[in-house]
Amino acid sequence: MEYLAYGAFFLTIAMTYALICLGLNVQWGQTGLFNVGVAAFVGAGAYTSGLFTTPAVVDRLGGFDLPIWVGWIAAALVGGVLSFLVGALTIRMRTDYLAITTFGIAITLQLAFQNLEGLTGGVFGMSFIPRAFGDLQGRSIAFNLSNFALAAAMVFAVYLLLQHLMRSPWGRLLRAVREDETAAQSMGKNPVSLRLQAFVLGGAIMGLAGAVQAHFIGFIAPGNYLPMMTFQVWAMLIVGGSGNNRGAILGAVLVWAIWALSGSIISEIFPADQQARAASLQIVVIGVMLCLILLWRPQGILPEARTSSRHLGKRPDKGPKP
Amino acid sequence: MTEMKNSPDSNGPLAARDLKKSFGGNRVVDGMSLALGPGEMLGLIGPNGAGKTTMFNLLAGTLASDAGSIHLSGTDVTRTSQQGRCRLGLSRSFQIPKPFSRMTILENVMTAAQNQAGENVLRAMMQPRLVAKQEQANVARARDLIDFVSLSHLEDQPASVLSGGQRKLLELARVLMTQPRVILLDEPAAGVNPALLDLIIDRIAQIHAQGIAVLLIEHNMEMIARLCPRVIVMAAGKLLAEGTPQDVTRRADVIDVYLDGAPA
Repeated sequence: MEYLAYGAFFLTIAMTYALICLGLNVQWGQTGLFNVGVAAFVGAGAYTSGLFTTPAVVDRLGGFDLPIWVGWIAAALVGGVLSFLVGALTIRMRTDYLAITTFGIAITLQLAFQNLEGLTGGVFGMSFIPRAFGDLQGRSIAFNLSNFALAAAMVFAVYLLLQHLMRSPWGRLLRAVREDETAAQSMGKNPVSLRLQAFVLGGAIMGLAGAVQAHFIGFIAPGNYLPMMTFQVWAMLIVGGSGNNRGAILGAVLVWAIWALSGSIISEIFPADQQARAASLQIVVIGVMLCLILLWRPQGILPEARTSSRHLGKRPDKGPKP
Repeated sequence: MTEMKNSPDSNGPLAARDLKKSFGGNRVVDGMSLALGPGEMLGLIGPNGAGKTTMFNLLAGTLASDAGSIHLSGTDVTRTSQQGRCRLGLSRSFQIPKPFSRMTILENVMTAAQNQAGENVLRAMMQPRLVAKQEQANVARARDLIDFVSLSHLEDQPASVLSGGQRKLLELARVLMTQPRVILLDEPAAGVNPALLDLIIDRIAQIHAQGIAVLLIEHNMEMIARLCPRVIVMAAGKLLAEGTPQDVTRRADVIDVYLDGAPA
């Protein structure tokens, strides 16, 4: 039974990463926006939800004790607004400059999480974040399974929404702009506005994912939102299949499994005094996996599928050949 | 010479006055003016490096002019973006076609439809009925245009499978999907085999017959002679000559700079 509880725990964390990965897939997989500051948007969502939903505290702002669903909505909104502000400033930049800028913003925000004690709790983080199905905490199987069901339902809902969008004129235009921006402009389209929309949507999903993660673990700290998280999410998307929403979910589960498994093996093999240093091997394992995928299957396990508007239907009769 | 028939009437479908454009120290367009009358098909010819495509890019808004003005049906669009000009009824093709290679022919054409509610992420989520209704109308119109350019047997194929000439036809369908009042066609005959060339000429003539004003850059003098009652000749960024194709190709200065010393 312990294995079942752990399996549900593992899958719940994997689902939260799948949400982040879906957000990155909108930005990179569908639109080609090189966001290297993923952790900042996830962290912003997590802290926002924490501020809204934790019980009243004396040593920092917030603690409004609101329901968890309010925290989720606020997190998605803050993720979206933060993306809008960052995107409005940076979206016209070339891909590599956008990467440098978003990385800088991620570092800045991580330092802000660490130092704005009156808002975030500083290095000690934010605790007593209400956990979904908190009244089941004493029964680990029920608690973990309930949380897994909730996280999986959220992943499914976001997946359906994104699939709906990919098969809409918006998704078609995203693909067109990614293929040839000049041609799209000549047809009266505004690529800057379109990219900004994709960046905001992706950021809102990342913010939501941060909140879901925070309400599962119950505690957040600045150390959760280091560039390592961004690296993990990128690895998940590349392994699973950039541009494919199912690939994003598969990649999240697979890479998280390898991360968790390698962590367990390291803790078994290495003595306690060497485990902190040996933990770096987890990064090596993911890095090697990434290299192998890029060498043998650069499009990822599930490559981008051809997507069409769901309104196209079949032509009543095909016209004559010229 | 710019005071001839080509004197820009800013209320016509398209009028440009004294356009200038330099790249570094090289002035590529040097005080060019032109006017396109209602429903007119105007040819723009000249030797390579004359500045025709740059002139085209200035008119379409792909490039910003250093000086001069451009009016579209009486509206000053000199500082209007390329996409803004398209929304005002100006559409263009490219010398080297720019299909969305991994998208189907049908999707390529549908992308060009204007005012699609579903191209906004919020409306795509919140207004599914309106989006569906527009999509159905756009599918029907796109299929009509694909029929018009004789690509219907390829509509569900990715654009990457098309030959050079078929890509030109696809661009023609995309241009028409924007419901333009003025069309700029950049060398629609370049690299096209003779069989398709007749088809392209025929389709351009049909577009013109619908009353759409067309500005055509072309080196193929046979095509120009068949389609354009009036031609302007550019050389070194300036207007060199203007008149019927027969008249300009007899002029000594045109023969000298463009026709390599031999009359067409």
